[in-house]
Amino acid sequence: MPKGVRGRYLALKIVSEGTVTEGELTKALWDAVLRLFGEYGASQTGLLLVEHNGERKYAVLRCRHKALELIRASVASITELKGKPAALHVMGVSGTLKALHKKFL
Amino acid sequence: MKKFADLHLCPSFRNMDALKGMINTAFRLGYHFLGMSLPPKISEGEIRELREICSTAGANLVTRVDLTPKTSRDLLNQLRHFRRRFEVVAVTCLSKAVARQAAKDRRVDLLSFPADPRKRFFDTAEGELASKALAALEIDMASILSFQGFSRVHLLSRLRWEVEIAKRFKVPLVISSGADNEYLLRAPHDFAALASLFDLPLSSALNSLSEGPQSIVERNRLKLSPGYVAPGVRVIKEGKDCPRV
Repeated sequence: MPKGVRGRYLALKIVSEGTVTEGELTKALWDAVLRLFGEYGASQTGLLLVEHNGERKYAVLRCRHKALELIRASVASITELKGKPAALHVMGVSGTLKALHKKFL
Repeated sequence: MKKFADLHLCPSFRNMDALKGMINTAFRLGYHFLGMSLPPKISEGEIRELREICSTAGANLVTRVDLTPKTSRDLLNQLRHFRRRFEVVAVTCLSKAVARQAAKDRRVDLLSFPADPRKRFFDTAEGELASKALAALEIDMASILSFQGFSRVHLLSRLRWEVEIAKRFKVPLVISSGADNEYLLRAPHDFAALASLFDLPLSSALNSLSEGPQSIVERNRLKLSPGYVAPGVRVIKEGKDCPRV
């Protein structure tokens, strides 16, 4: 993300059968953004998977603050991971990674 | 603080573990009022048991019945039988005649339509009728989540049009999950973000998940309470010592 652009960190809870790898989660997220908002919309998100914990089933995303609702909608639209039913719940949003860890993880 | 409501959970009542799991998840996601689509012939004992499960989880059960009449006469008959037994009455409109009757009947709380865009009869005439009665338009998010590709495109386009009509005629909107399993539940803010896909502003979407459904529940609970006489009139004291007017 370019310097000076405000970002937002999202803590996600992964509800799925079995574990999901970082690659599978990243692919599911980008697929959801592309499906709902297309390549132009996806280019404005600055989406990045910052952290992923398969055992505790949580993940941390970073996006541009203006694209927060767009990312929330995309995350909510995910209903499958690895072909099995799944859901990603946004536990919280914060401006810094430190605050996100302190409040939600 | 806003109290959020999901007035349309459709769990299987055969699997009690899944039912409890769904209630717990919904409460954890931030919903206070949980409306469950109950079979019309459910007994008082079963409702009491469900209420107990919800209150153990910390949530507040809202009893709801989904009527799917074939004709408008059928709708009137069903309303006569079930209106006073449930806190929320939703009508799934499968024909235009039923939709029109449901929109103008003050006993109907929610107008619900099938997910197929060709079978959604919420148009300007329907909006005008609903604005003069008490019915709100219900949008189930489960269909948006489960549809893919062109079917989702058509549904979103139809919903955008319906939201526009509802706004024009001041018909309240209620956003519900319509979930039959845990995986289709989402937090209120996530549903509000999804509602932006059919051009519903964030504040209106949050309102459709909190104040809108809450006012329906409170209005009906008041009407079903024993002391209720008419809008604005209720019995506050009964007995020989009451002053005569």
